[in-house]
Amino acid sequence: MSTLATPSSGDAGHQENYLNHSSGIMNWLITLDHKRIGVMYTIGTSLALLLGGVFALALRTELLTPGKTIMDHDTYNQMFTLHGAVMVFLFIIPSIPAALGNFVLPIMLGQKDVAFPRLNLASFYIWVAGAAFMLYSLFVSPIDTGWTFYTPYSSGHSQTAVISAVTGVFILGFSSIFTGLNFIVTIQKMRPAWMTWFKMPLFLWGLYATSLIQVLATPVLAITLLLLICERAFGVGIFDPTLGGDPVLFQHFFWFYSHPAVYIMVLPAMGVISEVVSVFSRKHIFGYKFIAFSSIAIALLGFLVWGHHMFTSGQSAMASVIFSAITFTVGIPSAIKVFNWLATMYKGSIRLDTPMLYAMSFIFLFTVGGLTGLFLGSLSVDLHLHDTYFVVAHFHYVMVGGTINALFAALFFWWPKMFGRMYNEAMGRVSALLVFLGFNLTFFPQFIMGARGMPRRYYNYLPEFQSFHVASTIGSYVLGIGIVVAFGVLTHAAFRGKIAPANPWGAKTLEWLTQSPPTFHNYEEVPEEAVEAYDFDDLEYDPQTDGYTVPGRAI
Amino acid sequence: MSTAAHGGHDDHHAPFLAHHFEDHGHQFDSGKLGIWAFLGQELLFFSGLFCAYVIYRGNHPEIFLQGSHFLDVKWGAVNTCVLIFSSLTAAWSVRCAQLNNQKGLILTIALTIACAFGFMGIKYVEYSHKIHDGLLPGKYFNPSAQALEKAGLKVPAVNIDGSIVAEPAPAASEGGEVVQDTREPVNRRLHIFFSVYFMMTGLHGIHVVAGILVYLWLLKRAIRGDFNSDYYGPIDFTALYWHLVDLVWIYLFPMLYLIH
Amino acid sequence: MAGHGHSDSGHQPHVMSIPALLATGGALMVLTIFTVTVTSWDFGYTANLVVAMAIATVKAIIVCLFFMHLLYDKKFNLIILVLSVAFMLLFFSITLLDSDQYQGDILITNPMPHEAAAAEGGAQ
Repeated sequence: MSTLATPSSGDAGHQENYLNHSSGIMNWLITLDHKRIGVMYTIGTSLALLLGGVFALALRTELLTPGKTIMDHDTYNQMFTLHGAVMVFLFIIPSIPAALGNFVLPIMLGQKDVAFPRLNLASFYIWVAGAAFMLYSLFVSPIDTGWTFYTPYSSGHSQTAVISAVTGVFILGFSSIFTGLNFIVTIQKMRPAWMTWFKMPLFLWGLYATSLIQVLATPVLAITLLLLICERAFGVGIFDPTLGGDPVLFQHFFWFYSHPAVYIMVLPAMGVISEVVSVFSRKHIFGYKFIAFSSIAIALLGFLVWGHHMFTSGQSAMASVIFSAITFTVGIPSAIKVFNWLATMYKGSIRLDTPMLYAMSFIFLFTVGGLTGLFLGSLSVDLHLHDTYFVVAHFHYVMVGGTINALFAALFFWWPKMFGRMYNEAMGRVSALLVFLGFNLTFFPQFIMGARGMPRRYYNYLPEFQSFHVASTIGSYVLGIGIVVAFGVLTHAAFRGKIAPANPWGAKTLEWLTQSPPTFHNYEEVPEEAVEAYDFDDLEYDPQTDGYTVPGRAI
Repeated sequence: MSTAAHGGHDDHHAPFLAHHFEDHGHQFDSGKLGIWAFLGQELLFFSGLFCAYVIYRGNHPEIFLQGSHFLDVKWGAVNTCVLIFSSLTAAWSVRCAQLNNQKGLILTIALTIACAFGFMGIKYVEYSHKIHDGLLPGKYFNPSAQALEKAGLKVPAVNIDGSIVAEPAPAASEGGEVVQDTREPVNRRLHIFFSVYFMMTGLHGIHVVAGILVYLWLLKRAIRGDFNSDYYGPIDFTALYWHLVDLVWIYLFPMLYLIH
Repeated sequence: MAGHGHSDSGHQPHVMSIPALLATGGALMVLTIFTVTVTSWDFGYTANLVVAMAIATVKAIIVCLFFMHLLYDKKFNLIILVLSVAFMLLFFSITLLDSDQYQGDILITNPMPHEAAAAEGGAQ
């Protein structure tokens, strides 16, 4: 029980909380407080998102016309490579787990910190080091290999700074591994006595499944990249056909990580959606156990399908058939989640606040992305669609339509908890609308283009595709504006937003039952009384603070 | 694993007990789970190299048959025994810590470090022989004449398009006898064996060095008297890491040295 | 300083006895010698490999159960190990299955490093 002044009467800027607990830059740089580390990650990954976005706008601008528009072909290759590499490794893999997971997870468990706070800080600085290597390569000679670094181009022929960029990615991998390790131990060993596995909030199930993948898959990427570096530096010859090596082997190694990696990108997002949909429908999540188990199922099945990225690579027919068959099964747990979210919303008392708008965007756009994944998983159809814009559209629907929408849902949802201030709701909704419209205008035409044969990563294209490219580019600018608006709203709120109550949304997970922003310790004592995470009946609304309380609890 | 003492209300906490754990037992259990998750990850890290081995040995067994002739079984076996002994001393150091035996702890840690240095020393000898003989990975593979002689191998002549020049029929010498060239041709992908060998033993060696550094730090802490029967997590966890290093070598030895 | 012991959490840690430690180390040494001597018998290429891996696995199990304490530890730590090994095997098997299928189609169309070096040096 907190012994501080009741937060409902407090001023977030004056009451004791983790932000004003100590001052000065050093107390941020060497902090062991998971909340501060989460905030630093939020800033870092958001900057990475903006940087990756700049590359996207550059390449989309180039594609306004066939042939040269604003850059030559070599520069174009660098643009799409950097867009992919920065977005995948610097932004999307860490984003929700490291930024929001770090902040929320321990408080959701009623704990003071994660299991290994120093490992947590190390994970952040490893992220910074990886970013530094990648940025360094940007200035020396930006890579042009595609974010997938396929050999033998990346190992022998590309004249760009492959080794430093790949070293950066190698380092970033360990940041991811350490975060995953920390979360596994925290979730397993640091729950209140009453919080059994099936009383945990679903966001934690999502983070746990993600952490399993991070720990098991990322080291395979690490060794793959190490082999690539040795191949390039010392000519070891494992992937190089002129040395008797096998380039398809690189693809097996690379995709053994990179397919599970996409589930690292989406599982935390799905966890966020489970929380937001339930709170903003004011209804118990439908099918809790199904959602929980489906997270684990996705994590495990995700390891069995990597060959579906390699159907046209020279992979054998036998392996291709096996991978195609299993790929169909991996869509099932995701579909189960979508049905459960919709069932949660059905006959719920829905509030269309910004987090819910983003969450609803997620459900619709992720479903489109997931269904188009089935097209690509069908072996015969994929022979026509592989390496076309259809693939590009598919993965942007799940990663942007999916994860980025969930990220914004999460940021807008937890922002009042993180900073004790509310954002401007009207502008938040504007950002959601801009993102939705811009995103669809950018990527829907790409499905059509791809099905009609427009290859991906091409600088030049046939004039018949130009109108699609123009639409897509306009959409990308709208999307960019929407994202900037979203960040603008959040940044403004962090400093000048209206003071928020501890529980503005009427949620029941433990982070909402302590003050906003949380104190340094989150909870002085681990809460001993059980709380039902999705039971909203016992909440009382207090019009004075515009927040909710649970009678009998301090907050 | 956490040893940070935290300012403020630490008076009732033992030193080296982090504020977010209930007690030493809780901290120890959490640390143990953490190190096992890390070891699982290390296995997957090595798995890429083991996979390369499996693929090349599975598809081209002759490469490995030929390659292992260049490795000295004696040194490999000695190194295996050195690492096993160091695992013994590492496990013993855990026992010493559990029983509050400070002197034993320091001695067993020091022995583990000594064995690790021994292992690296032998590795250095092996590597320098290979480098001297031109048995290098990948594109630098250029075996010296003596090395080829010793292994009974010859490098076949090759055309510019990669096809092998056909061997002319052995000419009869003046005495009427046919001179047979009994030397086996060097396998076309033999350099891949050395790539795999250097990458696997090299990565393993890096892990040994990392272990040495951690153990040196632990030695310093043990001398300072940080560890006792209540708090010995770092000793236990480092020993677990060390056993994994030993485990990898237990497989590397037959995989690289004992192929027949 | 006395105070909290591991018994706080209600369990006593298992301490390896000296005979147990020495027996484990000894068994591993013996198996190492056996690994080497068994190479003097030839069971055929594949069988030789199987025998070598089997002995190595026995040694690995001994290290895991005794030196690494898994016999006396919480079961979940064992599950992590088993899961990691399972995923490794999955990785190897499907990759090998695939690469095995197309090996026959591979052509080498340029001299390998040692062949080029030998041709240049004129050595034969």
